[in-house]
Amino acid sequence: MAKKRDRVVVGLATCGIAAGGVAVKNELLKEVKKQHLDAEVAETGCIGYCFAEVLVEVEKEGMPRVIYGDITPADVSALVDSHLVDGKILKEKALLIEGRKTAEADFLKRQKRIVLRNCGLIDPESIDDYIAHGGYEGLKKALKGMTPGQVRQEVLDAGLRGRGGAGFPTGQKWNFCAGAEGEDKYIVCNADEGDPGAFMDRSVLEGDPHAVIEGMIIGGYAIGATHGYIYCRAEYPLAVKRLRMGIRDAKKKRFLGRDILGKGYNLDIVVKEGAGAFVCGEETAMIASIEGTRGMPRPRPPFPANKGIWRMPTNINNVETLANVPWIIRNGARKYAAIGTEGSKGTKVFCLTGKVRRGGLAEVAMGTTLREVIFGVGGGIKDNRAFKAVQIGGPSGGCLPSALLDTPVDYDSLPAAGAIMGSGGMVIVDDRTCMVDLAKYFLTFTQMESCGKCIPCRLGTKRMLEILIRICEGKGEPADIGLLQELALDIKESSLCALGGTAPNPVLTTLRYFKDEFKAHIFDKRCPAGYCVDLVTFHIDPEKCTGCTVCVRNCPSGSITGEKKKPHAIDLDTCIRCRECLRRCRFDAVYTE
Amino acid sequence: MARNLKSGAVDSDRDAVLQKVIKKYIRQKGALIPILQEAQEALGHLSEESLDYIARATGRTLAQVYGVATFYTQFRLEPIGRHLVRICHGTACHVGGAEDIDASVCGHLGLSDEGGNTEDMEFTVEKVVCVGACSLAPIILVDGVAHGRLTADKARNVIKSYQKQK
Repeated sequence: MAKKRDRVVVGLATCGIAAGGVAVKNELLKEVKKQHLDAEVAETGCIGYCFAEVLVEVEKEGMPRVIYGDITPADVSALVDSHLVDGKILKEKALLIEGRKTAEADFLKRQKRIVLRNCGLIDPESIDDYIAHGGYEGLKKALKGMTPGQVRQEVLDAGLRGRGGAGFPTGQKWNFCAGAEGEDKYIVCNADEGDPGAFMDRSVLEGDPHAVIEGMIIGGYAIGATHGYIYCRAEYPLAVKRLRMGIRDAKKKRFLGRDILGKGYNLDIVVKEGAGAFVCGEETAMIASIEGTRGMPRPRPPFPANKGIWRMPTNINNVETLANVPWIIRNGARKYAAIGTEGSKGTKVFCLTGKVRRGGLAEVAMGTTLREVIFGVGGGIKDNRAFKAVQIGGPSGGCLPSALLDTPVDYDSLPAAGAIMGSGGMVIVDDRTCMVDLAKYFLTFTQMESCGKCIPCRLGTKRMLEILIRICEGKGEPADIGLLQELALDIKESSLCALGGTAPNPVLTTLRYFKDEFKAHIFDKRCPAGYCVDLVTFHIDPEKCTGCTVCVRNCPSGSITGEKKKPHAIDLDTCIRCRECLRRCRFDAVYTE
Repeated sequence: MARNLKSGAVDSDRDAVLQKVIKKYIRQKGALIPILQEAQEALGHLSEESLDYIARATGRTLAQVYGVATFYTQFRLEPIGRHLVRICHGTACHVGGAEDIDASVCGHLGLSDEGGNTEDMEFTVEKVVCVGACSLAPIILVDGVAHGRLTADKARNVIKSYQKQK
């Protein structure tokens, strides 16, 4: 038997590239050539070990597969020498060794991967690689052996619910659109991932574009769609490129276009680049944007299923929802419905970011507790600090405290706690984050992104933001908490679309679980986290200060004194609290009180 | 709105670019956004004259075109500097100190913390909401290239490296 060629794969999704992955790949190519090795250097999408980018996976016959993390171009020659030449695993850089226990193995082992099944495994630019991993089997099964109604029933039986945030049953949505009358019918993939702190859709689009395309073709067949659009954020150029490439290749294989698989079904898919408006994630606003106008929502009914793009029946599904579909058709509804809880089936992908030790993509079965996601998969809090809160669901979601860590993640438990499933952003914050400031941050975002059409959202979020700003500046008034609460409930109730309807959530949950922090700002003029500059004073820890004079030289108000190699001090009377010393200090000696 | 294109030669160049872009989409219904995207890609920004040209050539009113161009954050009506620096303000970046990065980058370039164009038009600094690379927070994009895991010092050095490329 011929010897299998050695293979070295570099993770080159946006995050891998940002971490310097291209330089690592070039160095690998150079090293392999220099040493005359018979090894293939390839690239893949994001496997989700984002905390340890750049990632390199090495396959060599007779050795277990190894994923190396934190690789820089300088590590490449040692890696090649050790693993490829000498056949020895470079232990200090190995994150994951096939069949063995390593410190970071838990990250993947505790996950259940359906949506991310191919991410980080296949070459996203090769349709053949996708097919070799079972790709387009679902489409073949659907088109060759099932009626559109059977496909819809299968998805309904699987219990799949919309992963964009609202959690509406996908099969039911498809039934609405299939039953609507219209000359043309549209299926749209919502890839306008605008939630700050969420990047799972980008990872799927970059790492496994065909899963989304296949899901869309199956969905199109199920509802009788004549046209398909993928509405993708323009900020995701790599995703756009890979989608266009995927569509072209799928057409060549007759999975897409005219007379798909010889079964007489026609569908064309076009990628539309969004132009940057958060509100376009809302269905009716997205439709307006696809039609080339300002992306503003309109009242429903009529629902898009009856009157959508150009007044024709339109069905919109999120990226993650569609990526589930081929798996469901291939493996059957029963197998899918066996995962998860009573009301929430399957898995959910979360983006763990913030102060968590292992940040990255975490796909877990529905019903897994927050504790398991953050501490089991994520490995706990960075720098041994204390967990303070987890923000779920981005600007529409909420902040939950440690007392609620045992809440299961599903469509029923999270709303009960005041948060939402949302699209899947999970930002973990530690004791140094001010919750009032965090609420202010989200309100700044929603206020800026409010399209301005309806008054509760346009003016209400502005007024709430003004109150939060004055609280952070130490000018909060005793009545502010009540005023915030009242405004929040009014905005929720009377806004036209979900943007305004959910915008107050971050404020309401922080008020519910962290009211003491609001009170400290308003009544004691104190920021317990030491973050709000108007409420803190800056100090230098004489134990940590090395006397390097960097802060002395850069203080714009000349408020820091001290000689070389002796601890410095800040004159609080003249300090303008610009944070420059805090930013400049390399020894963590500057602190706030 | 700034009127930057002064000479007649530049005007006809611009019109030729716009004509080509519009021709590509003329048969597509509702293609105003891709037209504006490609026009901006080719010309750097959308001047009043460009918007007027697009409006007339596509049978829309200037108000309709202006309305769309100002609704979406991607479109800019003013010229930008040689290097475009985008500072990410997604949640993870915010928690990770994006405001410190603002201060450091803008301070180094002599701009207010809000960003803008440098006087020599070498740099334009703007804040953006989440580039979707949260695990490398805080992060900035310079001419589309991402630089992650920054500190105030590292961010300043990134800008310096572009200043050297003259």
